[in-house]
Amino acid sequence: MSCVYIVPLLELRPQTRQRLCVAIEQQTFWSAELLDVPFDGQFAYDQVREQYHSSQILLGLKNLIKPGTDKILAIVPFDLFIPILTFVYGEAHLDGPAAVVSIYRLRPEFFGLPPAPELVVERLIKESIHELGHTFGLRHCRNRGCVLNASTYVEEIDLKTHEFCAACREEIVRHAGK
Amino acid sequence: MNQTISLLVVDDEESVRTSLHNWFREDGYEVGTAKDAYEALQLIERAHWDILLLDIKMPGMDGLELQRRVRQVNKDVIIIIMTAYASVDTAVQSLKEGSYDYVVKPFNPDELSHLIRNAAEHIVLKNENVQLRQDVSQISGMEEIVGDSPQMRRVMELVQTVAASDSTVVIRGESGTGKELIARAIHCHSPRRYFPIVPVNCGALAETLLESELFGHEKGAFTGAQSRRKGKFEMADRGTLFLDEIGNISQKMQMELLRVLESKQFTRVGGNQTIHVDIRLICATNKNLEKAVEEGSFREDLYYRINVFTIILPPLRERKSDIPLLAQHFVSKYAKIMNKEIKEISSEAMDILIRHNWPGNIRELENAVERAMVVGKPPYLKPQDLPFQLAKEALEEAPDQDSLAEVEKRHIRNVLNRNHWNISRSAMKLGIDRVTLYNKIKKYQLRK
Repeated sequence: MSCVYIVPLLELRPQTRQRLCVAIEQQTFWSAELLDVPFDGQFAYDQVREQYHSSQILLGLKNLIKPGTDKILAIVPFDLFIPILTFVYGEAHLDGPAAVVSIYRLRPEFFGLPPAPELVVERLIKESIHELGHTFGLRHCRNRGCVLNASTYVEEIDLKTHEFCAACREEIVRHAGK
Repeated sequence: MNQTISLLVVDDEESVRTSLHNWFREDGYEVGTAKDAYEALQLIERAHWDILLLDIKMPGMDGLELQRRVRQVNKDVIIIIMTAYASVDTAVQSLKEGSYDYVVKPFNPDELSHLIRNAAEHIVLKNENVQLRQDVSQISGMEEIVGDSPQMRRVMELVQTVAASDSTVVIRGESGTGKELIARAIHCHSPRRYFPIVPVNCGALAETLLESELFGHEKGAFTGAQSRRKGKFEMADRGTLFLDEIGNISQKMQMELLRVLESKQFTRVGGNQTIHVDIRLICATNKNLEKAVEEGSFREDLYYRINVFTIILPPLRERKSDIPLLAQHFVSKYAKIMNKEIKEISSEAMDILIRHNWPGNIRELENAVERAMVVGKPPYLKPQDLPFQLAKEALEEAPDQDSLAEVEKRHIRNVLNRNHWNISRSAMKLGIDRVTLYNKIKKYQLRK
């Protein structure tokens, strides 16, 4: 059975790992498990911008799995960027093997607000499934409740659910079954 | 947005092209990239792009020069300039030369997302606008005008001729001859067709009401004027005002109307603000205006002001050859409205319709067919379905008046009409061969 391998570059509580795996399995119909590999993403650090280049992280991740059968998702604590944008919450290969999500800007502390661990877990699950959706070839969805709805504000992440809408679910079933 | 928006990213930095390509693809856009202005020009020549994202600093031809070149051949494409430096001068220059907006690199994802979304909505609205204008142009406004008689063909020629001008038109004809339809047809063929045609039935309103109806009123202008209201003149601005039954308006209103037509300005009832309007006037009347002028009940100056071009609609009794077409048109119309399977009119019933004098003209015919459609049963309307008076007239008049040849001619014409002039089918129904039918058509000078 095809698998989504999760590579956390930060300490995740067992309960959080469990919730993340279950959510991914329920939404993608693929099994999900943690992968213990020596990968720290430091090669993607950009000294000028003091951020990490998410596209380079994706290239690094791609080499860690069997091509064509599995998918890999990295969860990173640092701030991600692509050259043309000031930041990204995550990035994925469209219809490809790798995805990356950063919790850097998902934490309320980033905006000067008090910590809210449960909220961060919810946002992490949503963004992980969102980026994985792209690896299954899906594009942004206009349904505001769908996890594939584009979010450029963190509040927009909070507004959507962690589930695919009916139309995207159909696509996922079609792609995941490949 | 259902249509896919296409986007061309022009930047000499590969990482920028790749990043934007992936970012926009995830958003569902169709994305192309070009590494310089020359490659961009080739791609623009080969395919249609809705949005161009141009880097301002590129080796060879820069973004501003590329924008100029593109603008020479395509005025509609949306151009967004990308710059690494927040230089107000270059940004202003790019906007002056027709770019939609500019963004400073690296972009904030929110800003970029909103900018492209707004541009896409702008394109969709623009395309919709073009489509709607085409749709409006295709509405001829003549579908409801049914008739193939020489009189009606002449009327339609006049409609086409006068529509292109901005002249005032007076449509004259008995009640029920379809004067408003002709007014609408003129409007639909005129350059004013994208603006409203506003009909006012002058005969149906008392003098004071008509004044407020035409010119509008200010709040408190009279008892019951609880708020400011626009009049028909204002509503018809840049369009057409259709004054039906103009022969019925009072002397005072005639004077007011003349003043507005001369000056193209007026004030609302109870107001003092002058309002300018640009309207075309079409009037209709069933009265003899010349006689009314002679008798002094209609102002001579107003008569000459409105009587620039006249279209006279013939009464139905003078174009009886249109009755089968009109009757069939109303059968189809009411079959659809009433969801009935009645498709035709029997030859006997059609005879009755043709023989009737129709003092109420097309309106009376439509009412008669509507009434018959209510009581009639499929597959076709029979004489007993027609209003009692018509059937009775037919019974009383029919036997002795027509010669055998006239009865034959009428019957053949009805069968041909019912069979949409399919000669083989009509001949079969009549029990004669096709050659005989052709001979009869020639003999009786029947025409489709």
